Amino acid sequence: MTGRIPIVVRMTTSAIAVSGLRKAYRDKVVLDGIDLEVRAGTVFALLGPNGAGKTTTVNVLTTLMSADGGTVRVAGHDVATEAKAVRAAIGVTGQFAAVDELLTGQENLQLMVDLNRAVSRDGSRVVADLLERFELTGSADKPASTYSGGMRRKLDLAMTLVGNPRIIFLDEPTTGLDPRSRRTMWSIIRGLVADGVTIFLTTQYLEEADQLADRIAVLDQGRLVAQGTADELKRQIPGTHVRLRFTTAAELDAAARVLTDSTPDPEALTLRVPGDGGTKSLRALLDRLDEYSLSAEECSVHTPDLDDVFLALTGHTTEVDAK
Amino acid sequence: MSAKSHSLVMLRRNFRHIARNPTSVFNAVLMPIILMLMFVYMFGDAFDVGVDYIDYATPGLMLLAVCYGLGATATSVNSDMTKGIINRFKVMDVSRGAVLTGHVVASVLTNVIAIAALLGVAFLLGFSPSASPLDWLGVAGVVVLLGFAAGWITVALGLSAKSPETAGLAAVPLVMLPFFSSAIVPAEKMGPGLREFAEYQPFTPIIETMRGLINGAPDTGNVVLAVSWCVVIALVGYLWARATFQKRA
Repeated sequence: MTGRIPIVVRMTTSAIAVSGLRKAYRDKVVLDGIDLEVRAGTVFALLGPNGAGKTTTVNVLTTLMSADGGTVRVAGHDVATEAKAVRAAIGVTGQFAAVDELLTGQENLQLMVDLNRAVSRDGSRVVADLLERFELTGSADKPASTYSGGMRRKLDLAMTLVGNPRIIFLDEPTTGLDPRSRRTMWSIIRGLVADGVTIFLTTQYLEEADQLADRIAVLDQGRLVAQGTADELKRQIPGTHVRLRFTTAAELDAAARVLTDSTPDPEALTLRVPGDGGTKSLRALLDRLDEYSLSAEECSVHTPDLDDVFLALTGHTTEVDAK
Repeated sequence: MSAKSHSLVMLRRNFRHIARNPTSVFNAVLMPIILMLMFVYMFGDAFDVGVDYIDYATPGLMLLAVCYGLGATATSVNSDMTKGIINRFKVMDVSRGAVLTGHVVASVLTNVIAIAALLGVAFLLGFSPSASPLDWLGVAGVVVLLGFAAGWITVALGLSAKSPETAGLAAVPLVMLPFFSSAIVPAEKMGPGLREFAEYQPFTPIIETMRGLINGAPDTGNVVLAVSWCVVIALVGYLWARATFQKRA
């Protein structure tokens, strides 16, 4: 067992260390000083809307793009000066499934085996094992162009795993997948983590980050606006609330005066009332409105989503960023 | 793993792409044969070229066969760039040259197969060349050199195009060019303007070289010109492709 000690020591060091990362396309700043650290064997989620800079971050961290400033170390190697060593340690699954559509599932994996310097054991064994692990054996001889979105993502990830990378980057691994395929993908990712693989994933879904990640960083317009565990972040986010929509500004004002802990939005004519969404508190709220002869046109219960996170952390919603 | 074995892996992949795409097989292999049947049976009698029309047209059609295979190459290079698989190769540290070389060599191989098929049909139609084995070796050399040059320029075109669809279109001028050369009819039979263009464009000396070799009487001037054109085109294509690849990928 003594021989294993150095490995244990390594496990506690950081797999990815980024400091002051900056990147601009011409005059548009995409990443504006990113600092983050991912410990080996953990899952790190970069959460943000479209256009926040998630893919750019992944591209820099995986040596596909050079940074304009800052340092990035992956697996202990500098991405700028030791790109080869970084590439040997990582696996990347991009936002769009990078499978060869004209080749079959089996041929796609074989291609990876043929191109991979790290595969030393029997290549066809590696291919067969991966096909089985991702439940693709039945479709192994069909061209990837006939695969469903979920199957394509699975094949894509299987291709990434050829060569056993210890650090895996997943750029929006479940975007565009149906709920069932999303859950399958999650359980695959959990399986990788159980094997001690470090995972850096980007996502637009708060739930996904919550489900998978040990640490979450929220990216907004090229800056990290929050970083921490899922619980730490949730404390910064408003909890469940009831939203009431009124027909006139006068009614909204009247209701806001009655419900003192609420926040009005005069433009949308809505009132946000904190509450747990339970029937008891809802009844109390409606009774109170009745008491003052007020009626809302619409009443809905909201649980926090990415929009709420952004509203809470940045003061604007995700919509603004998407422009 | 060396760049050479990466190139071989890429070559096998690209060749599978061509073989599995019915459109590219049709364009690269069947289309030249259809054109040959059309020219020989439909138009052949109308052209007075001094010799049997099949003997005149075969070298030109061989060149057309090279060009018809290019659309598939341009499309497939572009798909690699636009569909994300290039990023996978880059992260895997696949030699960048291997990706492009694979496309060029697959393109040349397709040309060789297409020309072999075309020659088979030509012989059935009564093609009677008077070339010696050495001349045939020369023909093979010109075909490969031309395929190589056209392959690199096509890879560059494919890399520069915005989408696979426009990439296919970008190769169209290369497909059209042989028609405005001495491939189908002698240049001196064309109208003014077109005739000068046909006489000075690169495909004419290349075709005349092949024609000379096949008739057992190559003209040194044409050979030198043909080889020079091929080398220049290959070099320009290679440098352009490399620069575009570096900028884009």
